[in-house]
Amino acid sequence: MENDRQPILSVRNLKTNFFTDEGIVRAVDGASFDVRLGQTLGVVGESGCGKSVTALSILRIVPRPGRIVGGEILLRRLTEDGYEREVALTSLGENSQEMRSIRGAEIALVFQEPMTSLSPVHTIGNQIIEVARLHRKVSKQEARQMAVELLRLVGIPRAETAIDAYPLQLSGGMRQRALIALALSCDPRLLIADEPTTALDVTTQAQILDLLRSLQEQRGMAVILITHNMGVIAEMADQVVVMYLGQVVEEGSVDDVFNASKHPYTQALLRSIPSIHSTPKAQLPTISGTIPHPYNRPAGCPFHPRCPDAISGVCDRHEPQLLSVGDEHQVSCFLYHPPSTENEGSFN
Amino acid sequence: MSAVNEERIFVASQWRLMWWRFRKHRVAVVATVGVVAFYLVVLGADFFAYTDPNTTEAYRSLMPPQPIRFFDDGKLSPHVYGVVGKRDLTTFRRVYEADPSQKVKIRFFVRGFKYEFLGFIPADRHLIGVEGAQVEESLFILGTDSLGRDVWSRLMYATRTSLTIGLVAVALSLLLGVLLGGISGFYGGVVDNTIQRLIEILRSIPTIPLWMGLAAAVPRQWSVEQIYFAITIVIALRGWTGLARVVRGRFLSLREEDFVTAAELAGCSRKRIIFRHMVPSFQSHIIAAVTLAIPAMILAETALSFLGLGLRPPAISWGVMLQQAQNIETVALSPWLLVAALPVVVVILAFNFMGDGLRDAADPYGV
Amino acid sequence: MFAYFARRGVLAIFTLWAVTVLSFIIIQLPPGDFVDAYMAQLAVMETDVSEQQMEAMRRQYALDRPIHEQYLRWMGNMFRGNFGTSMLWKQSVLDVIGDRLAMTVVVSLGAVLLTWAIALPIGIYSAVRQYSIGDYAFTFVGFIGLGVPNFLLALLLMYLGFVLYDANIGGLFSPEYQLEPWSWGKVRDLLYHLPLPALIIALSGTAELIRIMRANLLDELRKPYVITARAMGLSERRLILKYPVRVALNPFVSTIGYLLPYILSGSVIVSFVLSLPTLGPILLGSLIAQDMFLAGTIILMLGSLTVIGTFISDLLLMWIDPRIRFGMVQEG
Ligand SMILES: Nc1ncnc2c1ncn2[C@@H]1O[C@H](COP(=O)(O)OP(=O)(O)OP(=O)(O)O)[C@@H](O)[C@H]1O
Ligand SMILES: [Mg+2]
Repeated sequence: MENDRQPILSVRNLKTNFFTDEGIVRAVDGASFDVRLGQTLGVVGESGCGKSVTALSILRIVPRPGRIVGGEILLRRLTEDGYEREVALTSLGENSQEMRSIRGAEIALVFQEPMTSLSPVHTIGNQIIEVARLHRKVSKQEARQMAVELLRLVGIPRAETAIDAYPLQLSGGMRQRALIALALSCDPRLLIADEPTTALDVTTQAQILDLLRSLQEQRGMAVILITHNMGVIAEMADQVVVMYLGQVVEEGSVDDVFNASKHPYTQALLRSIPSIHSTPKAQLPTISGTIPHPYNRPAGCPFHPRCPDAISGVCDRHEPQLLSVGDEHQVSCFLYHPPSTENEGSFN
Repeated sequence: MSAVNEERIFVASQWRLMWWRFRKHRVAVVATVGVVAFYLVVLGADFFAYTDPNTTEAYRSLMPPQPIRFFDDGKLSPHVYGVVGKRDLTTFRRVYEADPSQKVKIRFFVRGFKYEFLGFIPADRHLIGVEGAQVEESLFILGTDSLGRDVWSRLMYATRTSLTIGLVAVALSLLLGVLLGGISGFYGGVVDNTIQRLIEILRSIPTIPLWMGLAAAVPRQWSVEQIYFAITIVIALRGWTGLARVVRGRFLSLREEDFVTAAELAGCSRKRIIFRHMVPSFQSHIIAAVTLAIPAMILAETALSFLGLGLRPPAISWGVMLQQAQNIETVALSPWLLVAALPVVVVILAFNFMGDGLRDAADPYGV
Repeated sequence: MFAYFARRGVLAIFTLWAVTVLSFIIIQLPPGDFVDAYMAQLAVMETDVSEQQMEAMRRQYALDRPIHEQYLRWMGNMFRGNFGTSMLWKQSVLDVIGDRLAMTVVVSLGAVLLTWAIALPIGIYSAVRQYSIGDYAFTFVGFIGLGVPNFLLALLLMYLGFVLYDANIGGLFSPEYQLEPWSWGKVRDLLYHLPLPALIIALSGTAELIRIMRANLLDELRKPYVITARAMGLSERRLILKYPVRVALNPFVSTIGYLLPYILSGSVIVSFVLSLPTLGPILLGSLIAQDMFLAGTIILMLGSLTVIGTFISDLLLMWIDPRIRFGMVQEG
């Protein structure tokens, strides 16, 4: 379909700040990327680089004192009569009727902590049925039937009884499956999975990832998969976005990013994955230094204090832009795009 | 935050840090000033009173408060009118009338009845008094009670009793609380379990009935001082449980900390570990808990005395004063008998605000 | 679940037993024994009693036996429904108490329900609108509730009622119903008089409960399951009421263990000020007259009420909290 080349969601220069008592945290500072139907976009970056806040921003549920302060989020949604219409989520009210009808129905979120992402005092079924009936006109009975099917679909054994279980009666992996079932309950076209496997053991991780992949194939959804695990990205993603301190530093297809990575940060991330080819017992390379505190982000390129290839006088003075280095492969680094005079002194 | 500032915070002592955080709580600071003011009254009760609180005079019973007039002929000269009392022949109550022709000037730092300041310095100066008349017969700024005693002067002495009883009771509770809570938290196991059950049982019995039952056992014929201490013990017998919980909680969390392990490895005795290492490290929490416990103690005494089971006349406390307000008809005709309720409320609030501020300052991340 | 139930049950029985010991201690505390007090009373009425008669009485009441035997006897009598004789009223203790126990339960229950009815919505409001003007205002009012002891509040309201409306706001019944047997009219009269004393007793516990509810809910509002619910498109009001409030309700229910002693305690002294026909006023009378069997029995009853109430709240908690039902957490 020609349509599928058009992104279902595009994020343009998104900026989300937290206005805390101690100062302003620029959690997301100008992130841009696109997601297409049937594709998985992997978002990687170290802890605290703004991945979860990006997800919350898309759903417009950034908690106080956080606020979207700039940029655009465009969603293509289906109208009743089968046409597609573009909506700027950033221009909707956080709690507006329209935004609420998008949440859960068009975009669903699987949040990062499976152990606490479901209410401990409600049964799984109760929570799924509530959401199903919120977005669709179905009876309790039908909703229950749908819930059982969903639970079966995500591979929960004995779904008819599991529907009346409380989260604490399920193992971590089962809870994550239940959470995915909840997210799928209204057949969303975009699923955001925020570190869906981090809290799970390795075998369960693999199962959940398999499940996500098969669900995506079945339903042709777009998936944003957030993780800090390069291995997961390699396995799952079609497109990759690498984030550092709230900014996208490199973006491209999995092939480009893994085989022809340009940004020193991406290269460092890739070096830190253990591989079967590396010498046994050899120390894994780590990225030197630590993430700067978000209150005092370095001037210039945010990565320059830790960058092995930093060009002094350039990287610490100018802010790089996300620019193309190939077909659909973009990087934000002066090694590839020497600063032009227009960029001079853009320090904010 | 500038680097210099950060440096300063870094080297600040625990107390300094606590003070900085405490200072941010405006209400707590104001409350602290209030508490200090109240304790000044405790120290100088005799100085702030102008009449011996126990002089009774039947012909002055239930006299209403005198309005203080500040200006005389346009000049600042505080005075009150003289009062004449007579018996109403139909109701048989004494009624009082101000006599504007008789102006009694109020003076400051005048001589009056003799007392010993702080218990050992003989003195006879009082904050206020009158000129050219007997103060006992002319000045009643808060009226008199049913026995004709001056309410203001009694209030001063009552403040002394009620506020010190709170402190003594809390000190006793603290002693018991630190001892039992500490033992409970440090040793754990069976000891901990036993003490915890004891605390639970004591806390599950409604306090006032328990206090009443214990206080009723205090023999009638005991002296004022004996009763005073008996009542503090009665209050502390229940009061220590709350403090013991705080101490135990802190002990449990501290026991796991490195510096205690380090001290243990260094071969310190348990006693030494407790008193040299652990107690100092949670002093601030204890202080906050104690501050929050004091109002309950004060209230306990007030309630018991109000019911006639606590302090008894001739002792004077807020509760003893309020005892006269038990009868609603009396209160309706002489509402000034309720005046002792005011300091009770103010002190309870002040201690609570102060305690809240201290708690937040001691543990900014706690609940 | 069974383990929880058993543990709570054993604890309740153990506490109940401890309460009987404490009550017995309180009965024994005053110097002299029952016979001494009885003699003193007879002496006032100028009746002479010989040493022999006193000894006979001591033997009759087993006062010459060791203390633990006296305790066992006292307990044994209680199980047979014999709570002893009140010297002050010259009646059996149970007759003196009459329906005052029931009245105490009614007033306290009313106060508990009112405390919850006030604290719950305010706690929710204060947490959801943290640091709003309303939050500050309620905190302030809460502090006033905390600062004004309930018996002073009762006194003040009595005074105001008397001065402004020339009415006695005390009591639980209108004069015409006071001595009547129970009827619908009397129940209606009770319901009409109940709110004010219940409110006075409730008010001082409310502040603390608001604080607890607010803190619990603030904790819950930050939990990921709230984010999940929000991300699924539920409206703010619906999701807050359905999820975090529901979760925060559990520790709130368990506060009854703390609330009950507080409320019964307050009811004693407030009942005295407002002359309510509950256990409070006769407890005071009996203590002042050193009528220790009556006093001890009342203290025992008040203590048992809290133990039983706490146990019921534990069961309630088990019922509403699946985490306890499935034995995942030890305590509520
Ligand atoms: N409620 C908040 N208040 C203040 N700052 C916040 C808040 N939530 C997030 N932040 C800040 O926003 C930044 C990005 O956080 P985010 O949770 O998006 O990181 P992340 O990339 O998801 O990390 P992780 O891998 O640990 O999940 C962090 O520096 C964090 O401190
Ligand atoms: Mg995250």
